[in-house]
Amino acid sequence: MTFDLIIFVVSAAVAVFGATMMIAQRSPVASVMYMILSLVAQAVCYVQLGAFFLGAILVVVYAGAIMVLFLFVIMLLNLRGNEDMGAPPPVLSQFTKLVFGILLALELAFIVKAAPFSGSTTGIVGAKSDSFGSVKAVAEKMFTDYLYPFELTGVLLLVAVVGAVVIAKKRHLNETGDSAGALQNDAEVKE
Amino acid sequence: MVPVSAYLILAVVLFGIGTVGVLVSRNMIVLFMAVELMLNAANMALMAFSKALNLVDGHVIVFLVLTIAAAEAAVGLALIVMVYRNRETINIDRFNLMKW
Repeated sequence: MTFDLIIFVVSAAVAVFGATMMIAQRSPVASVMYMILSLVAQAVCYVQLGAFFLGAILVVVYAGAIMVLFLFVIMLLNLRGNEDMGAPPPVLSQFTKLVFGILLALELAFIVKAAPFSGSTTGIVGAKSDSFGSVKAVAEKMFTDYLYPFELTGVLLLVAVVGAVVIAKKRHLNETGDSAGALQNDAEVKE
Repeated sequence: MVPVSAYLILAVVLFGIGTVGVLVSRNMIVLFMAVELMLNAANMALMAFSKALNLVDGHVIVFLVLTIAAAEAAVGLALIVMVYRNRETINIDRFNLMKW
């Protein structure tokens, strides 16, 4: 019983620490590393909530693939720390932003406090099954009730991939950089 | 047993940190990661509710959110690369063409 609590407190502390350091770092690479730390700690929380499948997905897809994509972009842009960041913004502006962020968090906390089952110690209603959160349970739900959203996600991913390639493609702009020249160049490439 | 509200509090704290990150950071990549953190905080809340109601629906929704986050990251990073190619910087304060 208390073991659960210890694991939760440690992983939550690590998740919050990683998130805080992520936004406090100057170097984007260090930022990505702290984000990965936070994600792994969040995956521990997922597993504690019985979501074994999604905990694994979070580590593999998020910490593994998406964060590597971020690292690839940082490498591609060849950023070095804080070199082109210019003068820091005024302290008052940063302080105001911090205050508004904390106000939003307090507001959300108030809503959580007003939620109907926030007072319950376990929060478990209904029968507890062993297969809750397993691959089988999630897949059964996903391929029956949520089949159409799932299929639409596939289309969304295809659109995103095509969009990303089109956006990031080199346009072969001519010296003046007008779009007519770019279109002409595109046509030449096609021929 | 850890109460469900503890996970909700964790989600709120992570969401707040993500909001502060979006407001404060001047590096476009860090700003993007703060948005991802906010998505993750929402996922954490969905997981907690899913556990509390003993429904797997929340897990499916979290899965869909993860997919959308991946798509968003791909398109957003492509935009960052394009912006960097045109402006030679990813400092968010320098993008003031449409600002008064």
